[in-house]
Amino acid sequence: MQNPLSSEGEAFRFLLGTVVYFALIAVAGVINAWAGLVVFIVLSVAVVWWWWRSREPAGPVEASPVRGGPEGERRILVVANETVGGEPLLEQIKQLASQGNTRVLVVSPALNTPLRHLASDEDPARAQARERLDRSLAELERNGVQASGEVGDGDPLQAMEDALRTFGADEIVISTHPEGRSNWLERGVVSSARERYAVPIHHVVVDLGDRPF
Amino acid sequence: MAAVDHAHPPIANQSSRVDARTLGMFLFIASEIMLFGSFFTVYFFVRVSAGTPWPTPPYELPVFVAGMNTIILVTSSFTMHWALQSIKRGNRSGLKAGLVLTFLLGLTFLLTQVLEYSRIGFAPYTNAFGSVFFGLTGLHGAHVFVGLTLLAFATIRAFRGHYTEEEHHGVEIPGIYWHFVDVMWIVVYTTVYIL
Repeated sequence: MQNPLSSEGEAFRFLLGTVVYFALIAVAGVINAWAGLVVFIVLSVAVVWWWWRSREPAGPVEASPVRGGPEGERRILVVANETVGGEPLLEQIKQLASQGNTRVLVVSPALNTPLRHLASDEDPARAQARERLDRSLAELERNGVQASGEVGDGDPLQAMEDALRTFGADEIVISTHPEGRSNWLERGVVSSARERYAVPIHHVVVDLGDRPF
Repeated sequence: MAAVDHAHPPIANQSSRVDARTLGMFLFIASEIMLFGSFFTVYFFVRVSAGTPWPTPPYELPVFVAGMNTIILVTSSFTMHWALQSIKRGNRSGLKAGLVLTFLLGLTFLLTQVLEYSRIGFAPYTNAFGSVFFGLTGLHGAHVFVGLTLLAFATIRAFRGHYTEEEHHGVEIPGIYWHFVDVMWIVVYTTVYIL
Protein backbone atom coordinates (compact mmCIF):
# COMPACT_ATOMS: atom_id res chain seq x y z
CA MET A 1 0.00 0.00 0.00
CA GLN A 2 1.22 3.47 -0.83
CA ASN A 3 1.54 5.94 2.01
CA PRO A 4 -1.05 8.63 1.19
CA LEU A 5 1.34 11.33 2.42
CA SER A 6 4.57 10.05 0.91
CA SER A 7 4.71 12.90 -1.59
CA GLU A 8 2.85 16.06 -2.47
CA GLY A 9 1.18 14.30 -5.40
CA GLU A 10 -0.01 11.43 -3.21
CA ALA A 11 -1.26 13.88 -0.57
CA PHE A 12 -3.16 15.82 -3.23
CA ARG A 13 -4.86 12.66 -4.49
CA PHE A 14 -5.64 11.70 -0.88
CA LEU A 15 -7.30 15.10 -0.41
CA LEU A 16 -9.44 14.62 -3.53
CA GLY A 17 -10.51 11.20 -2.29
CA THR A 18 -11.37 12.68 1.11
CA VAL A 19 -13.47 15.41 -0.50
CA VAL A 20 -15.47 12.86 -2.52
CA TYR A 21 -15.86 10.52 0.49
CA PHE A 22 -17.19 13.20 2.84
CA ALA A 23 -19.26 14.95 0.15
CA LEU A 24 -21.19 11.74 -0.58
CA ILE A 25 -21.75 11.10 3.14
CA ALA A 26 -22.84 14.72 3.74
CA VAL A 27 -25.29 14.78 0.80
CA ALA A 28 -26.86 11.48 1.86
CA GLY A 29 -26.90 12.57 5.51
CA VAL A 30 -28.69 15.83 4.71
CA ILE A 31 -31.36 13.97 2.71
CA ASN A 32 -31.88 11.34 5.39
CA ALA A 33 -29.84 10.45 8.47
CA TRP A 34 -30.17 6.69 7.81
CA ALA A 35 -29.16 7.15 4.19
CA GLY A 36 -26.07 8.99 5.43
CA LEU A 37 -25.25 6.08 7.72
CA VAL A 38 -25.70 3.57 4.88
CA VAL A 39 -23.47 5.59 2.53
CA PHE A 40 -20.88 5.93 5.31
CA ILE A 41 -20.83 2.17 5.88
CA VAL A 42 -20.74 1.30 2.17
CA LEU A 43 -17.96 3.78 1.41
CA SER A 44 -15.95 2.75 4.47
CA VAL A 45 -16.21 -0.94 3.51
CA ALA A 46 -15.15 -0.02 -0.05
CA VAL A 47 -12.14 1.91 1.26
CA VAL A 48 -11.11 -0.93 3.57
CA TRP A 49 -11.56 -3.47 0.72
CA TRP A 50 -9.44 -1.33 -1.61
CA TRP A 51 -6.80 -0.96 1.10
CA TRP A 52 -6.80 -4.72 1.70
CA ARG A 53 -6.48 -5.43 -2.03
CA SER A 54 -3.58 -3.00 -2.36
CA ARG A 55 -1.69 -4.98 0.32
CA GLU A 56 -1.43 -7.95 -2.04
CA PRO A 57 1.89 -8.39 -3.85
CA ALA A 58 2.20 -6.50 -7.09
CA GLY A 59 2.09 -8.36 -10.39
CA PRO A 60 5.15 -9.33 -12.41
CA VAL A 61 7.40 -6.42 -13.22
CA GLU A 62 9.13 -5.80 -16.51
CA ALA A 63 12.42 -7.66 -16.79
CA SER A 64 15.41 -5.43 -16.09
CA PRO A 65 18.34 -5.45 -18.49
CA VAL A 66 21.33 -7.49 -17.33
CA ARG A 67 24.79 -6.30 -18.37
CA GLY A 68 27.24 -9.16 -18.78
CA GLY A 69 31.04 -9.10 -18.44
CA PRO A 70 33.72 -9.00 -21.15
CA GLU A 71 33.76 -11.57 -23.98
CA GLY A 72 34.75 -15.00 -22.73
CA GLU A 73 34.22 -14.17 -19.05
CA ARG A 74 31.39 -15.73 -17.10
CA ARG A 75 29.97 -13.73 -14.21
CA ILE A 76 28.18 -15.30 -11.30
CA LEU A 77 26.21 -13.20 -8.85
CA VAL A 78 25.58 -14.85 -5.49
CA VAL A 79 22.96 -13.37 -3.16
CA ALA A 80 22.88 -14.75 0.35
CA ASN A 81 22.90 -13.54 3.90
CA GLU A 82 22.60 -15.79 6.96
CA THR A 83 23.15 -18.79 4.70
CA VAL A 84 26.20 -17.25 3.05
CA GLY A 85 28.62 -19.74 4.61
CA GLY A 86 26.44 -22.85 4.16
CA GLU A 87 28.01 -25.96 2.68
CA PRO A 88 25.49 -26.46 -0.20
CA LEU A 89 26.03 -22.86 -1.31
CA LEU A 90 29.82 -23.17 -1.22
CA GLU A 91 29.57 -26.38 -3.26
CA GLN A 92 27.33 -24.71 -5.84
CA ILE A 93 29.70 -21.75 -6.16
CA LYS A 94 32.72 -24.04 -6.46
CA GLN A 95 30.98 -26.03 -9.18
CA LEU A 96 30.00 -22.92 -11.17
CA ALA A 97 33.40 -21.28 -10.69
CA SER A 98 35.24 -24.35 -11.95
CA GLN A 99 33.91 -23.87 -15.50
CA GLY A 100 36.49 -21.70 -17.25
CA ASN A 101 37.08 -17.97 -16.84
CA THR A 102 34.61 -17.05 -14.14
CA ARG A 103 34.16 -14.04 -11.87
CA VAL A 104 32.09 -14.42 -8.74
CA LEU A 105 30.50 -11.58 -6.78
CA VAL A 106 28.90 -12.40 -3.45
CA VAL A 107 26.30 -9.88 -2.28
CA SER A 108 25.15 -10.01 1.30
CA PRO A 109 22.00 -7.89 1.82
CA ALA A 110 22.09 -5.86 5.04
CA LEU A 111 18.91 -7.28 6.55
CA ASN A 112 17.42 -4.82 8.98
CA THR A 113 14.45 -4.53 11.33
CA PRO A 114 11.50 -2.48 9.99
CA LEU A 115 11.93 0.13 12.75
CA ARG A 116 15.65 0.58 12.08
CA HIS A 117 14.98 0.70 8.34
CA LEU A 118 12.40 3.44 8.88
CA ALA A 119 14.92 5.41 10.91
CA SER A 120 17.61 4.81 8.25
CA ASP A 121 19.70 3.17 10.99
CA GLU A 122 21.36 0.49 8.91
CA ASP A 123 24.91 0.62 10.25
CA PRO A 124 24.58 -2.42 12.59
CA ALA A 125 22.87 -4.45 9.84
CA ARG A 126 25.62 -3.55 7.37
CA ALA A 127 28.32 -4.44 9.94
CA GLN A 128 26.76 -7.86 10.56
CA ALA A 129 26.34 -8.50 6.84
CA ARG A 130 29.97 -7.45 6.28
CA GLU A 131 31.17 -9.85 8.99
CA ARG A 132 29.29 -12.78 7.44
CA LEU A 133 30.47 -11.81 3.98
CA ASP A 134 34.13 -11.66 5.02
CA ARG A 135 33.92 -15.12 6.60
CA SER A 136 32.28 -16.55 3.52
CA LEU A 137 34.84 -15.00 1.16
CA ALA A 138 37.62 -16.44 3.31
CA GLU A 139 35.91 -19.85 3.17
CA LEU A 140 35.64 -19.64 -0.63
CA GLU A 141 39.29 -18.68 -0.89
CA ARG A 142 40.25 -21.70 1.25
CA ASN A 143 38.34 -23.81 -1.30
CA GLY A 144 40.21 -22.27 -4.19
CA VAL A 145 37.49 -19.91 -5.40
CA GLN A 146 38.47 -16.30 -5.99
CA ALA A 147 35.44 -14.16 -5.29
CA SER A 148 34.78 -10.54 -4.49
CA GLY A 149 31.96 -9.33 -2.33
CA GLU A 150 29.89 -6.43 -1.19
CA VAL A 151 27.18 -5.61 1.28
CA GLY A 152 23.93 -4.83 -0.50
CA ASP A 153 20.60 -3.18 0.17
CA GLY A 154 18.38 -4.72 2.85
CA ASP A 155 15.84 -5.65 0.18
CA PRO A 156 17.37 -8.67 -1.63
CA LEU A 157 15.70 -7.75 -4.94
CA GLN A 158 17.04 -4.22 -4.68
CA ALA A 159 20.48 -5.62 -3.79
CA MET A 160 20.36 -7.78 -6.92
CA GLU A 161 19.28 -4.82 -9.04
CA ASP A 162 22.16 -2.72 -7.68
CA ALA A 163 24.70 -5.49 -8.28
CA LEU A 164 23.46 -6.13 -11.82
CA ARG A 165 23.94 -2.46 -12.66
CA THR A 166 27.55 -2.39 -11.46
CA PHE A 167 28.67 -6.00 -12.02
CA GLY A 168 26.26 -7.65 -14.46
CA ALA A 169 25.72 -11.40 -14.36
CA ASP A 170 25.37 -14.42 -16.61
CA GLU A 171 23.91 -16.48 -13.78
CA ILE A 172 22.49 -15.70 -10.37
CA VAL A 173 22.61 -17.92 -7.31
CA ILE A 174 20.16 -17.19 -4.51
CA SER A 175 20.64 -18.94 -1.22
CA THR A 176 17.82 -19.23 1.31
CA HIS A 177 16.81 -21.13 4.40
CA PRO A 178 14.47 -24.11 3.83
CA GLU A 179 10.77 -23.55 3.12
CA GLY A 180 8.90 -22.56 6.26
CA ARG A 181 11.92 -20.86 7.83
CA SER A 182 12.83 -18.61 4.93
CA ASN A 183 11.52 -15.07 4.98
CA TRP A 184 12.81 -14.59 1.42
CA LEU A 185 10.83 -17.58 0.12
CA GLU A 186 7.73 -16.36 1.92
CA ARG A 187 8.13 -12.99 0.19
CA GLY A 188 8.64 -14.67 -3.16
CA VAL A 189 12.16 -13.30 -3.69
CA VAL A 190 13.27 -16.23 -5.87
CA SER A 191 10.17 -16.23 -8.07
CA SER A 192 10.25 -12.42 -8.39
CA ALA A 193 13.91 -12.56 -9.42
CA ARG A 194 13.07 -15.18 -12.06
CA GLU A 195 10.37 -12.87 -13.44
CA ARG A 196 12.67 -9.86 -13.49
CA TYR A 197 15.96 -11.15 -14.80
CA ALA A 198 16.43 -13.04 -18.05
CA VAL A 199 19.38 -15.12 -16.82
CA PRO A 200 19.50 -18.59 -15.24
CA ILE A 201 18.73 -18.36 -11.53
CA HIS A 202 19.86 -21.16 -9.22
CA HIS A 203 18.09 -21.53 -5.90
CA VAL A 204 20.18 -23.18 -3.20
CA VAL A 205 18.58 -24.23 0.06
CA VAL A 206 20.89 -24.15 3.07
CA ASP A 207 19.69 -25.77 6.26
CA LEU A 208 21.79 -24.31 9.04
CA GLY A 209 19.64 -25.89 11.73
CA ASP A 210 20.33 -24.08 14.97
CA ARG A 211 23.91 -23.35 13.98
CA PRO A 212 24.53 -19.65 13.50
CA PHE A 213 27.15 -18.90 10.89
CA MET B 1 41.61 -13.26 2.14
CA ALA B 2 39.56 -12.52 -0.95
CA ALA B 3 39.36 -8.98 -2.21
CA VAL B 4 36.36 -6.87 -1.34
CA ASP B 5 35.52 -4.58 -4.25
CA HIS B 6 33.68 -1.81 -2.50
CA ALA B 7 34.68 -0.24 0.78
CA HIS B 8 31.46 1.78 0.66
CA PRO B 9 27.89 0.92 -0.33
CA PRO B 10 26.96 1.54 -3.97
CA ILE B 11 24.95 4.71 -4.49
CA ALA B 12 21.88 2.74 -5.56
CA ASN B 13 21.56 1.45 -1.98
CA GLN B 14 20.10 4.81 -1.05
CA SER B 15 17.08 4.03 -3.23
CA SER B 16 15.12 2.08 -0.64
CA ARG B 17 15.96 4.24 2.37
CA VAL B 18 13.46 6.63 3.89
CA ASP B 19 14.51 10.23 3.52
CA ALA B 20 15.07 11.72 6.99
CA ARG B 21 13.16 14.93 6.18
CA THR B 22 10.20 12.94 4.86
CA LEU B 23 10.31 10.67 7.90
CA GLY B 24 10.22 13.75 10.12
CA MET B 25 7.10 14.94 8.32
CA PHE B 26 5.47 11.50 8.74
CA LEU B 27 6.11 11.51 12.49
CA PHE B 28 4.83 15.07 12.77
CA ILE B 29 1.62 14.25 10.91
CA ALA B 30 1.14 11.11 13.02
CA SER B 31 1.30 13.26 16.16
CA GLU B 32 -1.15 15.69 14.56
CA ILE B 33 -3.61 12.90 13.84
CA MET B 34 -3.47 11.92 17.51
CA LEU B 35 -4.01 15.55 18.57
CA PHE B 36 -7.03 16.00 16.31
CA GLY B 37 -8.22 12.56 17.38
CA SER B 38 -8.38 13.67 21.01
CA PHE B 39 -10.45 16.72 20.05
CA PHE B 40 -12.81 14.61 17.94
CA THR B 41 -13.21 12.23 20.88
CA VAL B 42 -14.45 15.16 22.96
CA TYR B 43 -16.78 16.16 20.10
CA PHE B 44 -18.33 12.71 19.82
CA PHE B 45 -18.64 12.41 23.60
CA VAL B 46 -20.42 15.78 23.90
CA ARG B 47 -22.66 15.21 20.89
CA VAL B 48 -23.41 11.48 20.97
CA SER B 49 -22.87 10.24 24.54
CA ALA B 50 -24.03 13.38 26.36
CA GLY B 51 -26.71 14.12 23.74
CA THR B 52 -25.98 17.84 23.54
CA PRO B 53 -28.14 19.47 20.79
CA TRP B 54 -25.95 20.50 17.84
CA PRO B 55 -25.87 23.46 17.49
CA THR B 56 -27.35 24.29 20.88
CA PRO B 57 -30.43 26.57 20.44
CA PRO B 58 -30.69 29.51 19.95
CA TYR B 59 -27.29 29.51 18.22
CA GLU B 60 -26.73 28.66 14.55
CA LEU B 61 -23.64 27.77 12.61
CA PRO B 62 -22.80 29.76 9.42
CA VAL B 63 -22.87 26.70 7.18
CA PHE B 64 -22.92 28.67 3.91
CA VAL B 65 -19.99 30.96 4.79
CA ALA B 66 -17.99 27.98 6.05
CA GLY B 67 -18.91 26.15 2.84
CA MET B 68 -17.49 29.00 0.76
CA ASN B 69 -14.43 28.93 2.97
CA THR B 70 -14.12 25.18 2.30
CA ILE B 71 -14.16 25.80 -1.45
CA ILE B 72 -11.44 28.45 -0.99
CA LEU B 73 -9.26 26.06 1.00
CA VAL B 74 -9.71 23.13 -1.43
CA THR B 75 -8.91 25.50 -4.31
CA SER B 76 -5.69 26.43 -2.53
CA SER B 77 -4.67 22.76 -2.67
CA PHE B 78 -5.07 22.84 -6.45
CA THR B 79 -2.85 25.93 -6.70
CA MET B 80 -0.30 24.27 -4.38
CA HIS B 81 -0.25 21.21 -6.62
CA TRP B 82 0.12 23.46 -9.66
CA ALA B 83 3.08 25.22 -8.04
CA LEU B 84 4.95 21.97 -7.46
CA GLN B 85 4.12 20.55 -10.87
CA SER B 86 5.40 23.81 -12.40
CA ILE B 87 8.82 23.66 -10.75
CA LYS B 88 9.11 19.97 -11.65
CA ARG B 89 8.80 21.08 -15.29
CA GLY B 90 11.18 24.00 -14.78
CA ASN B 91 8.42 26.62 -14.94
CA ARG B 92 9.49 29.18 -12.32
CA SER B 93 6.65 31.60 -13.11
CA GLY B 94 4.12 28.86 -12.44
CA LEU B 95 5.86 28.04 -9.16
CA LYS B 96 5.75 31.66 -7.98
CA ALA B 97 2.15 32.23 -9.12
CA GLY B 98 1.02 28.96 -7.55
CA LEU B 99 2.66 29.72 -4.21
CA VAL B 100 1.36 33.30 -4.08
CA LEU B 101 -2.18 32.17 -4.92
CA THR B 102 -2.03 29.39 -2.35
CA PHE B 103 -0.85 31.83 0.30
CA LEU B 104 -3.56 34.37 -0.54
CA LEU B 105 -6.31 31.75 -0.56
CA GLY B 106 -5.10 30.39 2.77
CA LEU B 107 -4.99 33.88 4.23
CA THR B 108 -8.53 34.54 2.96
CA PHE B 109 -9.68 31.35 4.68
CA LEU B 110 -8.09 32.38 7.96
CA LEU B 111 -9.42 35.95 7.90
CA THR B 112 -12.91 34.70 7.03
CA GLN B 113 -12.74 32.37 10.01
CA VAL B 114 -11.69 35.23 12.29
CA LEU B 115 -14.63 37.26 10.95
CA GLU B 116 -16.92 34.29 11.55
CA TYR B 117 -15.75 34.05 15.17
CA SER B 118 -16.48 37.72 15.79
CA ARG B 119 -20.06 37.41 14.56
CA ILE B 120 -21.07 33.93 15.65
CA GLY B 121 -22.77 35.01 18.87
CA PHE B 122 -21.31 32.52 21.33
CA ALA B 123 -17.94 32.02 22.97
CA PRO B 124 -15.82 29.05 24.07
CA TYR B 125 -17.06 29.49 27.66
CA THR B 126 -20.78 29.65 26.72
CA ASN B 127 -21.39 25.89 26.93
CA ALA B 128 -19.92 22.51 25.91
CA PHE B 129 -21.04 23.05 22.30
CA GLY B 130 -19.16 26.37 22.19
CA SER B 131 -16.04 24.84 23.74
CA VAL B 132 -15.95 22.00 21.23
CA PHE B 133 -16.72 24.25 18.26
CA PHE B 134 -13.97 26.75 19.08
CA GLY B 135 -11.61 23.96 20.13
CA LEU B 136 -11.86 22.06 16.84
CA THR B 137 -12.04 25.00 14.45
CA GLY B 138 -9.43 26.94 16.44
CA LEU B 139 -7.04 23.99 16.43
CA HIS B 140 -7.45 23.75 12.69
CA GLY B 141 -7.03 27.52 12.30
CA ALA B 142 -3.74 27.32 14.20
CA HIS B 143 -2.57 24.71 11.70
CA VAL B 144 -3.57 26.92 8.80
CA PHE B 145 -1.47 29.68 10.39
CA VAL B 146 1.53 27.33 10.59
CA GLY B 147 0.92 26.26 6.99
CA LEU B 148 0.81 29.91 5.90
CA THR B 149 4.14 30.50 7.65
CA LEU B 150 5.69 27.57 5.75
CA LEU B 151 4.17 28.85 2.52
CA ALA B 152 5.53 32.34 3.18
CA PHE B 153 9.07 30.94 3.52
CA ALA B 154 8.64 28.83 0.38
CA THR B 155 7.29 31.83 -1.54
CA ILE B 156 10.14 34.11 -0.45
CA ARG B 157 12.67 31.44 -1.40
CA ALA B 158 10.96 30.96 -4.78
CA PHE B 159 11.24 34.69 -5.50
CA ARG B 160 14.89 34.63 -4.44
CA GLY B 161 15.61 32.04 -7.10
CA HIS B 162 15.71 28.92 -4.96
CA TYR B 163 14.39 25.52 -6.13
CA THR B 164 15.10 23.72 -9.36
CA GLU B 165 13.53 20.90 -11.36
CA GLU B 166 15.61 18.40 -9.35
CA GLU B 167 15.76 20.14 -5.96
CA HIS B 168 12.40 21.32 -4.64
CA HIS B 169 12.05 19.64 -1.27
CA GLY B 170 11.29 23.05 0.27
CA VAL B 171 8.05 23.14 -1.74
CA GLU B 172 7.19 19.45 -1.49
CA ILE B 173 7.14 19.31 2.31
CA PRO B 174 4.93 22.42 2.84
CA GLY B 175 2.72 20.97 0.07
CA ILE B 176 2.22 17.71 1.96
CA TYR B 177 1.45 19.68 5.12
CA TRP B 178 -0.97 21.97 3.31
CA HIS B 179 -2.94 19.07 1.81
CA PHE B 180 -3.03 17.41 5.23
CA VAL B 181 -4.46 20.62 6.76
CA ASP B 182 -7.11 20.65 4.01
CA VAL B 183 -8.00 17.02 4.65
CA MET B 184 -8.47 17.82 8.34
CA TRP B 185 -10.71 20.76 7.45
CA ILE B 186 -12.93 18.52 5.29
CA VAL B 187 -13.39 16.26 8.33
CA VAL B 188 -14.00 19.22 10.67
CA TYR B 189 -16.43 20.95 8.31
CA THR B 190 -18.45 17.79 7.62
CA THR B 191 -18.76 16.72 11.25
CA VAL B 192 -19.14 20.12 12.92
CA TYR B 193 -21.13 22.11 10.36
CA ILE B 194 -23.01 19.63 8.15
CA LEU B 195 -23.92 16.48 10.06
